[in-house]
Amino acid sequence: MTATYELSHLDLLEAEAVHIFREVAATCERPALLFSGGKDSVVMLHVAAKAFWPAPVPFPVMHIDTGENFDEVVEFRDRTVERLNLQLIVSSVQDDIDAGRVVEETGPRASRNRLQTTALLRGIAANRFGAVFGGARRDEEKARAKERVFSFRDEWGQWDPRNQRPELWSLYNARHRKGEHLRVFPLSNWTELDIWSYIRDEGIELPPLYYAHRREVIERDGMLLANTRFLSLLEDEKPFMATVRFRTVGDATCTGCVESSADTAQAVVTEVAAARITERGATRADDRISEAGMEDRKKEGYF
Amino acid sequence: MVTGASTADVALILIDARNGVLEQSRRHAFLASLLAIPHLVICVNKMDLVDYSAERFDEIREDFRRFAMKLEIADLAFIPMSALVGDNVVQRSTAMPWYEGPPLLHHLEELYVASDRNLIDARFPVQYVIRPQSTDARLHDFRGYAGTIAGGVFKPGDEVIVLPSGFVTSVQAIWGPGGTPIDEAFAGQAVTLQLADHVDVSRGDLICRRANRPHSGQDVDAMVCWLSATSALAPGARYTVQHTTSATKASVRQLDYRLDVNTLHRDEAATELSLNEIGRVRLRTQAPLHFDPYRRNREMGSFILIDEATNSTVAAGMINWPSQQDSAVVWHEGAVKRDERASRGLTVWLTGLPGSGKSSVAVELERRLVASGRPAYLLDGDNLRHGLSADLGFSATDRAENVRRVGEVAKLLADAGVVAVVSLVSPYRADRDQVRAVHADAGLPFVEVFVDTPLQVCEARDPKGMYARARAGQLAGFTGVDDPYQAPASPELLLRPEDGDAPAQAATVLTLVERLGA
Repeated sequence: MTATYELSHLDLLEAEAVHIFREVAATCERPALLFSGGKDSVVMLHVAAKAFWPAPVPFPVMHIDTGENFDEVVEFRDRTVERLNLQLIVSSVQDDIDAGRVVEETGPRASRNRLQTTALLRGIAANRFGAVFGGARRDEEKARAKERVFSFRDEWGQWDPRNQRPELWSLYNARHRKGEHLRVFPLSNWTELDIWSYIRDEGIELPPLYYAHRREVIERDGMLLANTRFLSLLEDEKPFMATVRFRTVGDATCTGCVESSADTAQAVVTEVAAARITERGATRADDRISEAGMEDRKKEGYF
Repeated sequence: MVTGASTADVALILIDARNGVLEQSRRHAFLASLLAIPHLVICVNKMDLVDYSAERFDEIREDFRRFAMKLEIADLAFIPMSALVGDNVVQRSTAMPWYEGPPLLHHLEELYVASDRNLIDARFPVQYVIRPQSTDARLHDFRGYAGTIAGGVFKPGDEVIVLPSGFVTSVQAIWGPGGTPIDEAFAGQAVTLQLADHVDVSRGDLICRRANRPHSGQDVDAMVCWLSATSALAPGARYTVQHTTSATKASVRQLDYRLDVNTLHRDEAATELSLNEIGRVRLRTQAPLHFDPYRRNREMGSFILIDEATNSTVAAGMINWPSQQDSAVVWHEGAVKRDERASRGLTVWLTGLPGSGKSSVAVELERRLVASGRPAYLLDGDNLRHGLSADLGFSATDRAENVRRVGEVAKLLADAGVVAVVSLVSPYRADRDQVRAVHADAGLPFVEVFVDTPLQVCEARDPKGMYARARAGQLAGFTGVDDPYQAPASPELLLRPEDGDAPAQAATVLTLVERLGA
């Protein structure tokens, strides 16, 4: 009687995520996993691969492509998909712009971020996905915090925060009609620190942007932005070299980086443990809209 | 609160020291108890506004305890605090030297939650079947049953039975996520089992042990919290019931009562449950459910009801036990009400290691009660095994059944107005909690007394020479030696050797019994 039968904090989070993946695979028709190459989607895919071992992941991955990605991330995405032998579906914002379904913002501060909602809902409808896994976590910000693990979307892809299904124990209600779908968030209860600790413990590969490197940046609105071909400089902005890393990876026009010397997962864990603001508040121009703004965007069908 | 409480390990209830125990405090405590949150911490706040008075704190504590006797709370702690100035929040308060416990943060850090899971009854609801159907020869025939262990421990080689088919086979291998081989898989782990034989197993089936199976049946008796604002639960209505990994249809046979969560009054005339109302119902399901009472295992005893028209989750349910409706047994009401009897009964349950001195205390307690004119009766574990439980051995299942029988007899005695004094090792917490639940449901006080004599002392005493035989390998499964004793987390009374000899300890119990006014 010496065994204590205890699971570590990360083992518990992993067990919960594995349970959620299996539950969706067992109860939903045509699930898909949103994969951007960002760290949360990488961790999500890693857990999914473990959940179905020794079988391959039984669903495709979908990338909502703004057309303004970091080259390293697209390269990483393609390599990962090939390694795990997955089917990749790309739903592209550029297609929506070309077809006139959405109108692009103009000017130096233009971002295609909001336009992703159209490409996302179009991708879900075209493939008739019944459930879509997202990497959102409750610690990111308030609108995400109140969303359920199994989040029901009506036939317009919309979320009603005041009419969510109660979620008790580990009993998830995945029922929906044709045309409706579920967003499922297996990493809901993880924090940024959990994600990094897990990446460290599992030795998960990430796009190199996540670790400290030298690159040309500009400073805008108190954030450092990478100087890429997608960015139009304002008059007084002068690019300079800095040692930086990215805390999140999204559209190249709106993802900021931070000065950091953390070049390993352990060094990032140490840095995150000391950080006071979430990665989104700190480095995402797109998410620097008000909390109510994020809720509105989510109601429309955003990630 | 019900939703959050369903997965909580601990609940904090804040009480304003000026106002004391309010209706709201009682309501929250009741919900915590109903959802079986294992640990409850009562934070008596704003002590700075009552001059850090120890008397005021004691008064609130006693008031709350009196109410909590009617509930089922495994672990109850009280902390006097002032959140405003930080007394006993993170740092120990210097203003309340009379309080000897830890500050809140320290208490939370030290809470041991791993033992709250049921590690006795092996339960594996099959969630998903993994078949790679690979051309790879090593994987060609792989069939893995994936799921999260809902109770107990599984090991490769264990003989298991699959329900409902009844196929008996054994566990060939257990894999963790990503294919890590596992020697012992336990409650809470997400794993994949391979079975030795090719039997037909699919999602919704339950893998357990042959000698330790859950209840299986179509009629269940459950507490239900109604969660829908747009509809109400009414007898005759049909829903989809989702329980572990299985889903079937269910109809509401009967609404026994609606519970007033503030007063605990049972309204037996109620005809429906609307938003946030709680009641006891009898359900009949289309396919049998394989379940354990919620009190014994939260995962195996919980369910949700889904409205088939809207797909909404409309209720959360906790199974009490199988309902009698599937047999010809019908409850027959008597004509005598409890308060018409000559005296009010209760159960005093002495638990502890063999040789801890339970029986000596129990004998003395019975003697004193009878001497003072109270009807009392001693139920001694060893003696009962000569008759009532003569057919039982000492396996976990038999021990559970023994505790259940003694608990039922004690309940009948208490109902008849007698003080039932039970002296029984009753080593497993879940079994004792089940007896507590049976008493709570019958509205009878249950006083758990933990005779906390250290193992070395019990072994040195060894009044029946049993420890010596167990150590010599002549007795298997002896509590304290090679079978675990799970101490109560929050007994009504704790007796330690330093509290005096058996007569002194019996006097302490007697004082508590008298205070309960039984």
